[in-house]
Amino acid sequence: MSDLAAGKDELRDTDLSDAELSARLAKTWGTARGIIGALSTVDHKIIGRRYIFTAIFFLFLGGLAAIVMRLQLARPENQLIGPDLYNQIFTMHGTTMMFLFGVPIGEAFAVYLVPLMVGTRNIAFPRLNAYSYYVYLAGGLMVWFAFMLNTGPDAGWFSYVPLSGPENAPGKRVDFWAQMITFTEVSGLAVAVQVIVTVFKQRAPGMTLDRIPLFVWAELINAFIIVFSLPAVVTASAMLMMDRLVGTHFFNPAEGGDALLYQHLFWFFGHPEVYIIFIPATGWVSAIVVTFSRRQAFGYLPLVLSMISVGFLSFGLWVHHMFTTGLPQLGASFFTASSMLIAIPNGIQIFCWIATLWDGRPVFRTPLLFVIGFFFIFVLGGLSGIMLASVPLDTQVHDTYFVVAHFHYVLIGGNVFPLLGAVYYWFPKFTGRMMSERLGKWNFWLAFVGFNLAFFPMHITGLMGMPRRVYTYQPEMGWSTYNLLSTIGALVLFVSFVVFLYNMIASARRGPLAGDNPWDAGTLEWATASPPPPQNFNRIPFVINREPLWAEREKLPVATGLAVEKRELVVTTISEARADLRESSPEPSIWPLLAAIATTIAFVGSIFTPWAVVWGGLLVAFTLVGWFWPKNNKEDEA
Amino acid sequence: MRVRPFLIVPIALALSGCTGWQSALDPHGPHADALSRLFWIFLAILGTIWTATILMLLLALRRRRAPDADPLMTRPGTERRMTIVVSCAVALTVMTVMSLAVVSYGAQRVLFAHRDGPLTLLVTGQQFWWKVQYEDASPARTFTTANEIHIPVGEKVLIKLEAGDVIHSFWVPSLNGKMDAIPGRQNEIEIQADRPGIYRGQCAEFCGWQHAHMGLIIVAESRQDFERWRDGQIAAARAPDDPEAQKGMEVFMTKPCIMCHEIRGTSAGGKVAPDLTHVGSRQYIGAGTLPTTRGNIAAWIIDPQRIKPGVHMPLIQLAPEEIQPLAIYLESLK
Ligand code: HEM
Ligand SMILES: [Cu+2]
Repeated sequence: MSDLAAGKDELRDTDLSDAELSARLAKTWGTARGIIGALSTVDHKIIGRRYIFTAIFFLFLGGLAAIVMRLQLARPENQLIGPDLYNQIFTMHGTTMMFLFGVPIGEAFAVYLVPLMVGTRNIAFPRLNAYSYYVYLAGGLMVWFAFMLNTGPDAGWFSYVPLSGPENAPGKRVDFWAQMITFTEVSGLAVAVQVIVTVFKQRAPGMTLDRIPLFVWAELINAFIIVFSLPAVVTASAMLMMDRLVGTHFFNPAEGGDALLYQHLFWFFGHPEVYIIFIPATGWVSAIVVTFSRRQAFGYLPLVLSMISVGFLSFGLWVHHMFTTGLPQLGASFFTASSMLIAIPNGIQIFCWIATLWDGRPVFRTPLLFVIGFFFIFVLGGLSGIMLASVPLDTQVHDTYFVVAHFHYVLIGGNVFPLLGAVYYWFPKFTGRMMSERLGKWNFWLAFVGFNLAFFPMHITGLMGMPRRVYTYQPEMGWSTYNLLSTIGALVLFVSFVVFLYNMIASARRGPLAGDNPWDAGTLEWATASPPPPQNFNRIPFVINREPLWAEREKLPVATGLAVEKRELVVTTISEARADLRESSPEPSIWPLLAAIATTIAFVGSIFTPWAVVWGGLLVAFTLVGWFWPKNNKEDEA
Repeated sequence: MRVRPFLIVPIALALSGCTGWQSALDPHGPHADALSRLFWIFLAILGTIWTATILMLLLALRRRRAPDADPLMTRPGTERRMTIVVSCAVALTVMTVMSLAVVSYGAQRVLFAHRDGPLTLLVTGQQFWWKVQYEDASPARTFTTANEIHIPVGEKVLIKLEAGDVIHSFWVPSLNGKMDAIPGRQNEIEIQADRPGIYRGQCAEFCGWQHAHMGLIIVAESRQDFERWRDGQIAAARAPDDPEAQKGMEVFMTKPCIMCHEIRGTSAGGKVAPDLTHVGSRQYIGAGTLPTTRGNIAAWIIDPQRIKPGVHMPLIQLAPEEIQPLAIYLESLK
C-alpha cells in the first residue's frame, strides 16, 4: 500500500467506502448525457471504442473494394469494371487498408487498452485524443466521399511520381490521396505522443519497466516508430501536393527534379509502416498466448528487445522496395543483408511464443485459434519476404502477384488474424458480454481456409508472370484457373467477416455476461468491471508483478490518496514507476471537435487553393485559442 | 495431422503449373536459369524452416502436460532446456539468413555484370507501348520499331531503358528479371536466349489505365534469320502494288494518323506513337493486345478506345469504306 496524500481540505478516496467511492468517481470522470456530451467526451474508452469501430468499418470498406477487384479478375478479359474504376478501387483498397485501417487499428487498441493496462484513469492529453479521432474520421470520410464522386485517387497506394504528378494525373484525384495522408499523419502522431506519455508517466505505482505488459511495450515501440517515420511520408506527400498545386518541380526530371527521390521518401516511411501494422499485433499475440497457455511469457526480455530491434531495423530496409530501380549493386546488397537481418528478431519472437505454449497448458478458445492461424500464415509470409530481400530474386517477383501474396500473408496473417483474436479476447472487456464460441470457430475456419485459398495461388500466378495492378489479363496467359481460385477464396474470406460482424452484433446484445475477468487473465485491464467504469479503477492498483492478477488472486494492493471530486491521476517516474505527483486530467470539452472541423476545412480547402493554408490556419488557431483558454481553475491546463 | 496436405498440395501445384511463355520458372536463358535455380534453393531451405516451425508449434500444442498449476510457477530445469532450444533455433536462423545472403550476393554479381555486347538496344517505355531502337555504329543501320524485339540466339543483348512519360518496368521473365524505366534516367539490363522461340514480357510497374495491356514480344532466332529480319526492318516501307492497299495508303496519308505515326519512305513522320513502317511483320498490335490480322487491325482503327480504354490513340472518324483498305495497307507493311 502506498498513500499519495492529497491536500487536507479535499475529499480523498481513503475517506470513503468502496461503493460510494465508485459512484462518486463515476460522476467525476463520467461523460455528460446527450449529443454535446458525447461529442465533448475525453474518456479514452469511449474514444477508443469509436476508434476501433471506425478502423474496422474501414477494414470492411477496403474488403468490399477487394471483393470487387477479385470479381473483376475471376475471368480473363472480364468486363465487370473498366480500368478507370479498377485503378481507383485498388488504390482505395490499398490506401484504406494501410492508412485508414492498418495504422489506426493498432493505435485504437492502444487508446482503449493502454491506460487500463498500466492502471491509470485516462490517457495523457485526452482532448488531443478526441481531436485525433475526429481528424482521422474526417480524413477517411473525405477520400471515400471523393471516391463516390468519381474523384477517387487512382495512382496506387504509393502514388509514384510522375504517374501521380501534375502532367500525368490532372484533376483532383491524387490531391485527395495526398491530403488523406496529412489527416492520417496528424491523428497518428497525436496518438503516438499520447501513448508515449501515458506509458512513461502514468503507469501505476510499482509497474517498473520490466513489469510493463508486453502489449504495452508493443504499443510504446509502435508509437516511437510512428513518430520517426510518418514525417517522411508527409514530406513526400506535401512535396507532391506542391508540385501539383503550386508548380514546384521536386519530382520533375525535366526541371532538375528527381522521380526516385519520392520513392526514397515514401519508403523511408513505407517500410516502417508495415511494422506499424505488425508490432501492435505482436502485442495482441503476446497477450493471447500468455493468457491462453496459462503460463507467464517465456523470454519476456528477449521479446521486448526483439520488438525494439525490429523497430530500429525497420528504418534500414526501405531500399528493398526499390531493387529494380537500377541502384548501385553494392548498396543494394547492403539492403539485402539488412532486410534478412530483421528475420532474426522476428524469429526470436516466434520461438519465444512457441516455447510459452510448449510449457503452458493451452486452452483452445477462439482467440488462441486465431493466434495459431497467425503462426501458419505469418511465418510463411515472413519466409517469402526473405526471398524478396534477395536482390536477384526480387527482380523476378517484384511488382507481381507473388508480392501481393507475400504482403497479404504478412498483413492479414500478421495483423488481421491477431486482430480477430484480439477482438474475441477483449470484447468482454469492451462490452461486458462474451462472443459466441461456436460462431467464433466458424469465423476462424472460414477465414483460415478462405485466406489460403485466396492468396496461396497468387504466389504461383506471380511466378507465372502476372504483374500486380492489372485490371485484366489475357486468356492465353494460363493464369485463369489460379485467379478463379483466388476469387473463390476471397469470397469465403469475406463470408468469414460477415460471420464475425454478426457475432459481434449478436453477442453485444445477447451474449452471456462476462464478469470482470472471464479468461482468468493476469493483466490489469481485467482488474476492473467489464465494461470498465469511467474512472477505470476505484483505487489505483499497486503493481508487484508482471501479471498482477495472477500474483494477487485475493485482492490487489492499491495506492490511495487521490482526490475524488476532481479528475486526478498519479504521475510516476519513468523507470521505477515510483509515485511522483498528483496531476489533474482535463475535463470534457467541445473544442477538440471544433478544432478538428477547422482542421478539416483547412486541409480540404487547400486541395482547391493554396490560400486555404493561410485562412484555414487562422481558423484552426482560433479554435485552439478556445481549446486552451485558461480557466480559473488553476489545475485545468492540460 | 493437418500439416501434410497443407504442404504437399501447394508444392505439387507449383511444380506442375509454372510453365508458360511468360514464366519465371520456365527459364530460357542463362540469367533466368540462374534466377530460377536461386529460387528453388531458397524455396527448399525456407520450406524446410516453415515445416520445422509449424511442427514445433503443433507439438507444443499437443504435448501432454502436468495438471493445472500456478501460471506464474516455472520449473528451472524446463526453463533452462527451453532457453537452450530457443537459442539454438535463433543461431540456426542467423546462420541460414547469412548463408542465404551470401548465395544471393553471389548470384547477383554474376547476373548484373554486363558489358557492351555486339547488340545494343534502346527501349523506351511509353504509356502503353514500347519504343525499340536498334543501335549501330553506322547510323544507316539504326532503326526504330515497337513492341517486338528480335534477338539472335545465344548472344548477349544489352538493353538500355528509358521512359517517355511515367515509370515502366521491362520484364521478360523467361529471360531475366525486371528493370525499371524511369524518366530522367537510363538503366540497363542484359538478356540472352538459349533456344529459338517467342518469349512474352509485360510492363511490371503500374503506369496508368492500360498497364494491363502493355505487353512485348521477344523473338529469339538464329543469327541468319535475325540478320534477314534486321535488313528488312532497316529498309523503308515499300509502296504497295495492290490497288486496295494503295487506296488505304492514301487514307492514311490524309488523315491525322500521320501526326503520330511514322512510316519510313512516306510522308508520315509522327514520332509519338509506334513506328508502323513494318507493322504487318509484327505478331501483335496494341502492345501484345491483339494478333496482327486484318480483322483486328480494322477493329483497332474503328475504335481503339473500345479495345484498350485509355490508350493515347484517339478515335479517328473514318468512312466505312475507308476502313478495309486502310487495314489492308497496314497489313501489307511487312
Ligand atoms: C478480403 C481480404 C482482401 C483481399 C481479397 C485482398 C485482395 C487484394 C488484391 C487482389 C490486391 C491486388 C490489386 C492489384 O494489384 O490489382 C490487393 C492489393 C493490396 N492489398 Fe489487399 N486484400 C485483402 C485485404 C487486405 C488487407 C487486410 C490489407 C492490409 C492490412 C491489404 C492491403 C493491400 C495493399 C497495400 C495492396 C496494394 C494496393 C496497391 O497496389 O496500391 N489487403 N489486395
Ligand atoms: Cu508501363
